Amino acid sequence: MTTTAVEVRDLTVAYKDKPVLWSVDMQAPSGALMAIVGPNGAGKTTLIKAILGLVRPLAGQALIYGKPYSKQRHLVAYVPQRSSVDWDFPTSVLDVVMMGRYGALGWLKRPGSAERRAALDALDKVGMVDFAERQIGQLSGGQQQRVFLARALVQNAEVYLMDEPFQGVDATTERAIVRLLQELRSQGKTVLVVHHDLQTVPEYFDWVMMLNVRRIACGPVSEVFTEQSLRATYGGKIAFLNGDGVGEIQDGYRTALSQPVL
Amino acid sequence: MDIGQLFHNLFFDYTLRTVALGAALLGVVSGALGAFAVLRRQSLLGDAISHAALPGIVIAFLLTRSREPVVFLLGALAAGWAATLSIAAITRTTRIKDDSALGLVLSIFFGFGLMLLTFAQKLSDARQAGLDKFLFGQAATLLQSDVVAMAAVGALALGTTLLFWKEFKLLTFDADYAASLGYPVRTLDVLLTTLLVVAIVIGLQTVGVVLMSAMLVAPAAAARQWTNRLETMVGLSGLFGALAGVSGALISSAMEKTPTGPVIVLCISALVLVSLLFAPARGIVWRWLRNLRNRRRVRTAHLRP
Amino acid sequence: MSLAHIEIQMIAALVATACALPGVFLVLRRMAMMSDAISHTVLLGIVLAFFLTKSLTSPLLIVGAALTGVLTVSLVELLTRTQLVREDAAIGLVFPALFSIAILLITRFAGNVHLDVDAVLLGELAFAPFNRIQIFGVDAGPAGLYVSGGILVLNVLFIAIFYKELKLATFDPALAAALGFAPGVLHYAFMTLVSVTAVGAFDAVGSVLVVAFMIAPPAAAYLLADRLSHMLIYAAAIGVLSAVSGYWLAYALDASIAGSMATMAGAIFLACYLFAPTRGVMTQRRPVKT
Repeated sequence: MTTTAVEVRDLTVAYKDKPVLWSVDMQAPSGALMAIVGPNGAGKTTLIKAILGLVRPLAGQALIYGKPYSKQRHLVAYVPQRSSVDWDFPTSVLDVVMMGRYGALGWLKRPGSAERRAALDALDKVGMVDFAERQIGQLSGGQQQRVFLARALVQNAEVYLMDEPFQGVDATTERAIVRLLQELRSQGKTVLVVHHDLQTVPEYFDWVMMLNVRRIACGPVSEVFTEQSLRATYGGKIAFLNGDGVGEIQDGYRTALSQPVL
Repeated sequence: MDIGQLFHNLFFDYTLRTVALGAALLGVVSGALGAFAVLRRQSLLGDAISHAALPGIVIAFLLTRSREPVVFLLGALAAGWAATLSIAAITRTTRIKDDSALGLVLSIFFGFGLMLLTFAQKLSDARQAGLDKFLFGQAATLLQSDVVAMAAVGALALGTTLLFWKEFKLLTFDADYAASLGYPVRTLDVLLTTLLVVAIVIGLQTVGVVLMSAMLVAPAAAARQWTNRLETMVGLSGLFGALAGVSGALISSAMEKTPTGPVIVLCISALVLVSLLFAPARGIVWRWLRNLRNRRRVRTAHLRP
Repeated sequence: MSLAHIEIQMIAALVATACALPGVFLVLRRMAMMSDAISHTVLLGIVLAFFLTKSLTSPLLIVGAALTGVLTVSLVELLTRTQLVREDAAIGLVFPALFSIAILLITRFAGNVHLDVDAVLLGELAFAPFNRIQIFGVDAGPAGLYVSGGILVLNVLFIAIFYKELKLATFDPALAAALGFAPGVLHYAFMTLVSVTAVGAFDAVGSVLVVAFMIAPPAAAYLLADRLSHMLIYAAAIGVLSAVSGYWLAYALDASIAGSMATMAGAIFLACYLFAPTRGVMTQRRPVKT
């Protein structure tokens, strides 16, 4: 019997008059490596932001290990979309990674050599230690993503929430991220990843949440990542070229889903 | 003074008639062209240009020693251009973002103009040049000949806008697409900005540098709430601008010690407020009511088992 | 150099530094034009506080100014949040309205008082040495020196104490919120500081040129620095340099001191724009950003 790391109950969020999430329930057991998939505008980023308390829900709540996020901040690390910050900001790679320690430091305390060491360790894990003194604007997209991951690692959290970490990265970075995700899972951490590429879901993840404003399905990939739930999520707009039998579904994704639906 | 007297004066009192006409002209031209600026996310470009016009006007005066409006116009036009090009160059070639580029160009051009102005005022004939009216504007000093000049230039600007209506519309909505169709986007951009500068220069003598930006932004922001069509928006924006101009001129003539410029700005601000609150469909009040209903619906939906 | 020369330059240098430091964060937060708005609307706060206190030297004037600065920021945010107008338009709507109210109040009800709109807008540094503070009958230097020095100390303290928090909230506000650093509270505290700085500075240089000192030195420093701490230092240095060189330019031309200082700030920015190592237009190695 595992405990539930992240639980979302009856969550409804609306922007203006339009519901973005409608009565969504979700449970991620401790140690799950979960992909959150769904078409554009399905509310994936909003779900993450609601868990972090960054958007206010109309109804419902999100819990981290049974308590609201505001009481469990130290357990959670967040990797926002790369485009959410200004990469021209005058600061170094090392400095950005050290920002991950700010939560543990709290108000007024300055980062010191302990934080510096932790940040260098994390940079080493993502293969970026040689870039520590670079200005962040001089990095490639993949390198910037790895800096963000290092910043989350340095938080030493139990739950990791990542928004599209694979977006626009090179193959090296993608492999590095996958390796990192698996390492986190082997340490018993819980990782929720907003993901776009349906093809790689069965390969990279063991749990999946399928979302399109409402929750379509949530569970182990082997159980819920089916043609039926995919159709329900993407509105039946996926053209399965080769996936007519249940046994062939895995291949079906590969051929059909390489062009996910708009 | 009663209302009837006020309207009688509007037509027969030389000063009031001139000021009201000038303010109405200013409102129409800046309202119509401001609509494009607001839609192109250049609301504050007008603020920058109106400040930046100062050195141009001073230099034009120093070169010609004349206070013909057309000389001021040309000077302001040149400086406005230089400012716009500087802003574009800074954002295109450096990491500096557009808000900083605007603030930078606005304040430096103005500071430079101020330095030149104080320098020029030492020269004997500068005191009568009325350069310092430029800051707040002095509607009361408008002459009939000024208004005629404003009308001519304004008509030229509005005529050009109508002539290039289709092109400006496309440029405003999607410049990249316009370029892909083969339109000379840079030229159109320069042309539209030039018209904006013209609108600003027309207004400077009436409302002054600091408040000019309101005459570009506010009518457009109010008009946007009532319509979703560009044609209607530009027309309505010009109408709102004129309305605010005339009512501002009337109110300030009816009360003692009330400068025209600030009153015009407060009139148009009131129009904006009413539009934001009560315009059908977009108005805050209606939306608030809808939200209330939705919330209730969500709550009842969630209460059901 | 006479005492008055030195005093004016000291006040100008203090004001320039006091403006440049918060200016760095304004530039990085893309709020440069908010400083333009605030530097105008604080006039309303001063006028209202003046009506309450009937005094032009009361510290309540600064409180009033700070409150209207915060009011400006909140009104702009309120308007933007309705999503009926964009942020730039919201700024363009709010500050002329508040500024107009201030001018009307002054012309209608404070006509005879020495609250000169020209002076507020343009500043008159040349008169600063005449307004002196006396302690027990002994001359203790011009009041402007204390005002600008006090504001500088306030800015340095605020930025030094909340350096880490300001940096995080500027670079990544979402993470700052997620880590529990209340970026909203910090934001308003910071904007209050900007308002107080604007009031203190426009006594010396006038409200339009407060913007020059808040934006030009940080923008120039942005082209030179790759670290936030360096950017702060460069911005302060460029501010002092433009203040002092601007003073002598004004002296040579017998022209407005504030205007000349802004002109020098512009000249220094231009030099950085053209020749900054790696980032100048003439020295850029990377292809031009499109």
